[in-house]
Amino acid sequence: METSTLDAEDHRLIVATQGGLPLVPRPYHALAAQLGLTPEDVMARLTRLLAAGVIRRIGAVPNHYALGYSANGMSVWDVADECIDSLGEAIGRLPFVTHCYHRPRALPLWPYNLFAMVHGKSRDEVEAQMKQIAMLLGTSCRAHDVLYSSRILKKTGLRIGN
Amino acid sequence: MDETDRRIINALQGGFPICEAPYREAASALELTEVDLITRLQRMLETRILTRFGPMYHAERMGGALVLAALAVPEADYEHVAGQVNALPEVAHNYRREHTLNMWFVLATEIPAGIPAAIDKIEAATGLKVHAFPKLKEYFVGMNLAA
Repeated sequence: METSTLDAEDHRLIVATQGGLPLVPRPYHALAAQLGLTPEDVMARLTRLLAAGVIRRIGAVPNHYALGYSANGMSVWDVADECIDSLGEAIGRLPFVTHCYHRPRALPLWPYNLFAMVHGKSRDEVEAQMKQIAMLLGTSCRAHDVLYSSRILKKTGLRIGN
Repeated sequence: MDETDRRIINALQGGFPICEAPYREAASALELTEVDLITRLQRMLETRILTRFGPMYHAERMGGALVLAALAVPEADYEHVAGQVNALPEVAHNYRREHTLNMWFVLATEIPAGIPAAIDKIEAATGLKVHAFPKLKEYFVGMNLAA
């Protein structure tokens, strides 16, 4: 779906739901009443946004610190550009990786082009996960590092306006 | 958080139904009542075990832009610079990390042109170079951690 196919009602629906769904037995009916739409229209729009990938998924977003995942590392790897896509896909499939991206290097300060966020209940667990990734990458990886977050300075997430 | 809460978190990190009574349908699959599921979600949101319950939107597909960026901040100026960076509404997340590049933040803007504008503002305010790491390719994004 091109973003241009989002109409004004889609936009209002996004604004109304980006903070969460109403916790009532018929949440889509509640949204419909709030937005002046029919419940069928609200459900059809959400179904379409989900199919188009504008909505990644609908469900619970756990606070990983509350689940005991206190060791959160940004693991970064310098891998050969010609095989980064297949390696990135493989790393993204690991259960402890929540985000995996190809990003540009910033030489000479920053030689890494593959970024994978890893989560463990201790740094030892993350170190073991790092070894698992290193084994998967094998000789295609020239250097790596893991940057733990030592402090959350701000966390608000993306919010679009009305 | 008890065993039922864990089952809810593990089962509902996606796939919440779109239908007339979705909590009832999701509760039934977990062998819970609708009221029990709603009450537990409410409590887990209030106690911050969950940060949100609902649709997760894809910024770029809504027409917006997200960019990861980093600064190498001199230690003596760290708090001051953190204040300057956090003051921008475009800064969605900001973390201290242990590296020469010691401040990592995500810029999120409603239109792509907002990103260079935000970078200019940070460079002007701090006098530091912003290193931007836009994603070239996304391999996986998901929260599938076991509770």
